[in-house]
Amino acid sequence: MALDRWIALIFLVISLIYGYAAFHYPLLPFERGMAFLPNTQPMALSVLGAVVALVILFSRKAPTDDEDLGGIDLDEVRQFKIGQTLGLVAAMVLYALLLRPIGFLAATSLFIAGCSIVLGERKFHVLIPIALVTALVIWYLVQETLGIYMRPWPWFIDN
Amino acid sequence: MLDGVIAGLTTALTVQNLIMVVAGCLIGTFIGMLPGLGPMSIIAIMIPVAISIGDPAAALIMLAGVYYGAIFGGSTSSILINAPGVAGTVATSFDGYPMARKGLAGKALAVAAISSFAGGTVGAILLFGFAPALATVALLFHSAEYFALMVVGLSAIAAFAGTGKVAKALLMTIVGLMMATVGESALFNAPRFTMGIQDLQSGFSFITLAMAMFALPEAFHMVLDPKRSRRGQPSGGEIKDLMITRQEAKAIAPVVGRQSIQGFLIGVMPGAGATIASFLGYAVERNIAKGEEQEEFGKGSIKGLAAPETANNAACTGSFVPLLTLGIPGSGTTAILLGALIALNVAPGPRLMIDRPDIFWAVIVSMYLGNVVLLILNLPLIPYIAKVLAVPRNYLIPFILFFTLMGSYIGQNNATELLILVGLGVCATIMRFADYPLAPLLIGFILGGMMEDNFARAVNITDGVSFMWERPGTLILLIVGVALIFLPAWRRRRAFARQRAQVRKEGVADGD
Repeated sequence: MALDRWIALIFLVISLIYGYAAFHYPLLPFERGMAFLPNTQPMALSVLGAVVALVILFSRKAPTDDEDLGGIDLDEVRQFKIGQTLGLVAAMVLYALLLRPIGFLAATSLFIAGCSIVLGERKFHVLIPIALVTALVIWYLVQETLGIYMRPWPWFIDN
Repeated sequence: MLDGVIAGLTTALTVQNLIMVVAGCLIGTFIGMLPGLGPMSIIAIMIPVAISIGDPAAALIMLAGVYYGAIFGGSTSSILINAPGVAGTVATSFDGYPMARKGLAGKALAVAAISSFAGGTVGAILLFGFAPALATVALLFHSAEYFALMVVGLSAIAAFAGTGKVAKALLMTIVGLMMATVGESALFNAPRFTMGIQDLQSGFSFITLAMAMFALPEAFHMVLDPKRSRRGQPSGGEIKDLMITRQEAKAIAPVVGRQSIQGFLIGVMPGAGATIASFLGYAVERNIAKGEEQEEFGKGSIKGLAAPETANNAACTGSFVPLLTLGIPGSGTTAILLGALIALNVAPGPRLMIDRPDIFWAVIVSMYLGNVVLLILNLPLIPYIAKVLAVPRNYLIPFILFFTLMGSYIGQNNATELLILVGLGVCATIMRFADYPLAPLLIGFILGGMMEDNFARAVNITDGVSFMWERPGTLILLIVGVALIFLPAWRRRRAFARQRAQVRKEGVADGD
């Protein structure tokens, strides 16, 4: 089964779960008499979603236009750098988890340096200064110019 | 109306707002040039900055400038290195890059800038006439018509998605509408469908969703497929001689005239934005051209360069018509702008022209100013801005990822938001591989809340759904909406039938 049908199947399941939640929506007592209920549109959407997902699942294969802009040849997928991409995803997750505890400056410079290293950069004498300067400049811009508070230092420094 | 225009002029011509236009255009050009960052991602990244400005007119003026700048930046990278940063400028590279390879990079950039300018000018004049007229009509609309209008808008977006993609686009729209129901809403008393997750109490953040749908998949794609980011080959030509001759001006004048009107009209239609306008403009001009000139297309014809450039800029202007007058975005970019407007406490729609004429007209005036800035400021600076193309990929990608994370974090100040961003971004990347269009999801998400509001109001007034057939305006719009969805399917079926008949005639076994 092609990838797009797998995705349609997943959306079918999502529509069904969403539909279950919509049809069993716990209405508040005074809401029951209203003409428009909180679950009116969700119920309609879940039915529509399931129908369209089924259409994609069971329709004949559409003639694909190769000149499509975002289109990708699935044979090329094998040559894709999946390891690098997963490394970057992991770096983003780590950044999300560490941003609060270790502070903006440390997290950001580690993130930029880490991503560059994952991508194959080995010139550390260029890499580290760039990461540090970026973190400082962005922190200054966000905190001073935009006035949005960003905790710069780790948890053990009181700030 | 004249009072409004004058109020708009005085707002747009203040020093602060002029600086906003210039800054927006420069930032847009700068970032738009980078492969992988289109106007949607750039505007999404700039929204936190715009919101912190506080003044809605200034913020919108800056975002409109960013939009123009990004399209112009995209043209520049199409011409110079054959790597369009934006889908709307792909057609530009057909003739722009060959010109640059012939050593005419400067001339190509000048033609691009002048035709963009002309397209934007005609677009702005048409907008001047169109928008108030449409707003007057829209004032007669009730919530029932608004609901129907949104159905039309959403189905038009699905219908224009391309062959074999209508059902997928429709599914994405529905998923977007579903995501819009998560969290609290003004209509009801309790948050819905949060699955007990505290962070979903206020729903998905639209900036996070915009980043996850556009910026992240593009960045991941660049990592996955290094060929994509290295596809660009420097043309080798130096950027000089930024002037065009009188003869060349004469040659492109009719092209510019036709394409600015055609592009504008395409831009006004929901779902068909700058990308379709530029491809269609290129195709039309190639068909109109005669003999030798037609041969020239694809090998560095200035007509072939002027056509898509004029059309995409005129379409950008056109796409503001439904946004400003009906409050309905026709494209991903205007959907993001709509989100920004709502965050700034401005409700776009027919009342905008009456309640806040200063904002309405200031935006229109500054869109024109944006075009002037691009022509007289950005064009001479291009040789310097183009240096950004030399940033190595190993640094470019971490920066793109970092700015996406920042954009989503600044809006919410919540680290969970970042995890949602990464999760949705990974899903969006996989969906892109399966050819699922992502813009419909975002448009559905942004229109979802408004659609439900209007639907609820109409149902409450008529105590049922009878408004759908009792109000003629609503009925017509709903029929158009349904027809838009089924039209492509019907045409495909006819094509299938014809193909099959052909196959039978040739005596080949039927089977697929």
